[in-house]
Amino acid sequence: MLSGAAAAPTREQARAIYRTMHLIRRFEERVAECFAAGEIPGFIHLSTGQEAVAATVGALLRPDDLVSATHRGHGQCLAKGADPARVMAELFGRATGCCRGKGGSMHLCDLARGVLGTNGVVGANLPIAVGTALAARVRGTGQVTVAFFGDGAANTGAAHEALNLAAVWSLPVVFVCENNLYAEFTPQAVHARVSRIADRAPAYGMPGVTVDGNDVPALFAAAASAIDVARSGAGPTLLEAMTYRYRGHHEGDPMSYRPREELEAWRARDPIPRFRAWLGQRGWLADEEDARLAAEVQAEVDRATEFARSSPWPEPTAALEDVYA
Amino acid sequence: MPETRYVKAIADALAEEMARDERVIVLGEDVGAPGGAFGATRGLVQRFGKDRVRDTPISESAIVGAAIGAAASGLRPVVEIMFMDFIGTCWDQVVNQMAKMRYMFGGQLRLPLVLRTHTGAGLNAGPQHSGSLEAWAVHVPGLKVVMPSTPADVKGLLKAAIRDDNPVLVVENKTLYAMKGEVPAGEHLVPLGRADVKREGRDATVVALSRMVHEALRAAELLAAEGVSVEVLDPRTLSPLDREAVLASVAKTGRLVIAHEAWGPCGVGAEVAALVAEHGLASLRAPVRRVTPPFTPVPFSPAMEKAWLPGAERIAAAVREVLGRCA
Repeated sequence: MLSGAAAAPTREQARAIYRTMHLIRRFEERVAECFAAGEIPGFIHLSTGQEAVAATVGALLRPDDLVSATHRGHGQCLAKGADPARVMAELFGRATGCCRGKGGSMHLCDLARGVLGTNGVVGANLPIAVGTALAARVRGTGQVTVAFFGDGAANTGAAHEALNLAAVWSLPVVFVCENNLYAEFTPQAVHARVSRIADRAPAYGMPGVTVDGNDVPALFAAAASAIDVARSGAGPTLLEAMTYRYRGHHEGDPMSYRPREELEAWRARDPIPRFRAWLGQRGWLADEEDARLAAEVQAEVDRATEFARSSPWPEPTAALEDVYA
Repeated sequence: MPETRYVKAIADALAEEMARDERVIVLGEDVGAPGGAFGATRGLVQRFGKDRVRDTPISESAIVGAAIGAAASGLRPVVEIMFMDFIGTCWDQVVNQMAKMRYMFGGQLRLPLVLRTHTGAGLNAGPQHSGSLEAWAVHVPGLKVVMPSTPADVKGLLKAAIRDDNPVLVVENKTLYAMKGEVPAGEHLVPLGRADVKREGRDATVVALSRMVHEALRAAELLAAEGVSVEVLDPRTLSPLDREAVLASVAKTGRLVIAHEAWGPCGVGAEVAALVAEHGLASLRAPVRRVTPPFTPVPFSPAMEKAWLPGAERIAAAVREVLGRCA
């Protein structure tokens, strides 16, 4: 993969990616419903519309590879293999949650599946991803770390420091920028002079690639290359995926800052039907299989929700545990 | 016992732990070939190689974040932040990431990492290179904080910190780096969370931190000539504080003076005073006195800095005051 033709997903990989995109979409829609119904406390940031990025990258990683996720990270965790039921239970604040109710949406973690955590501080996860990549290098494990971040995080000092350090040490990390065009409520033109975040990559001394983040085959080729380069020891890549979130910055955001037509235009490029069409052209997903897959995913999200609802609240005294090892 | 400089005791502790455990790595600005800004990592890169002793860019957030990630992935990193005044540049990584990560992830991971940094006025380094900010870290759950005052303590506490499965801030004092002191030969560990009585006494307790321990010992000498017996208690670990040792000493002497180089308001002295007010008030025969610098940044000019820094004379005066003696 270091040279030659662009990588393309096999039939199995493609169907897995498609299923994960469905799972993330249904999961996020259910979270929105439960949040609106008052079942989920706190703050929630959904990735509806951006599913292709996490699903494609997740499909390319080994089980022992690591993902460092963002505050908009439910999908990034699910795509790496986190259990939807335990993630949902965490969002509900229950004792059975993946973090025992200590973290919530912005602090999800499933280390056994290589999910190094979502992060409530924008940009702060990039230096930590450099550290797991450093450990992989020193220990010779061959693991790759993927650090997700957004266009907003690209302007933090922590992100600049991490990109530079990873390049200086040629570490096995891939920086995946999910550029959804808005940093909270502020459009990119207001917060950056460059329209492509990947244009900054040469300044750090690493390759930068911008792809259509709603186009699974394009994402697959770019991410496969970046991950192979990282694993081979040739250093980090800044991979920018242009995408769009359908929901607000957080649930409850009235979205007055962006035009209705913009949302409609992006909905017309929805990654799920696009990839469905691509699969159909290859004869890789018959209609009845598609319907069965959709029903399976729906049932999985139903089970996750029921698990969360029926799980006990943590004991208040559990708040006193896990401060120190 | 052999005499060793404080800075050499640090380098010895690092070398011993790196030899003992290949998971221990060292990261920081100029820690490699230059041996650290003050020589605390001298000789390490030659012995353990560039893979384990890594010079970094001037990127404190990336240095600390990399240590966090490395600790989460099976290494035991020791990072150096050159001057604690600079810790504001990576405070998010310390407070929001390092300190909270185990807790907010429900205990899924351990973060065995050490952050070495140093404080201390007296070298005319000016307002941005002289501060004592240890109280910032003591305020944060999830961190341990030690502040060694002697070569033996810095060696033993640093080794214990490296073996601890939690993030530990080792707050050194740069004016102590040249100090010589006896260090026990062979394996020397000082357990975290245990105070040390540096001088026994009957009439008053002085709880002193870092370099102020030595000023308190000088004050105790001055007062001994006046017939006053002063106990000097060095907490050594500020978080978790050895509360029993403080209360036991005050129960014995009935009088308490606290001396540190950090500002008074919400400093460690305020915590020690509150501890005694809550749990040892009946022992007190006089109000508690704190000896701290003025509530200003550290001035540059030697003429001002010398007056700014608390010293033995001020500590002795505070002891006389709690004993009801005129200066």
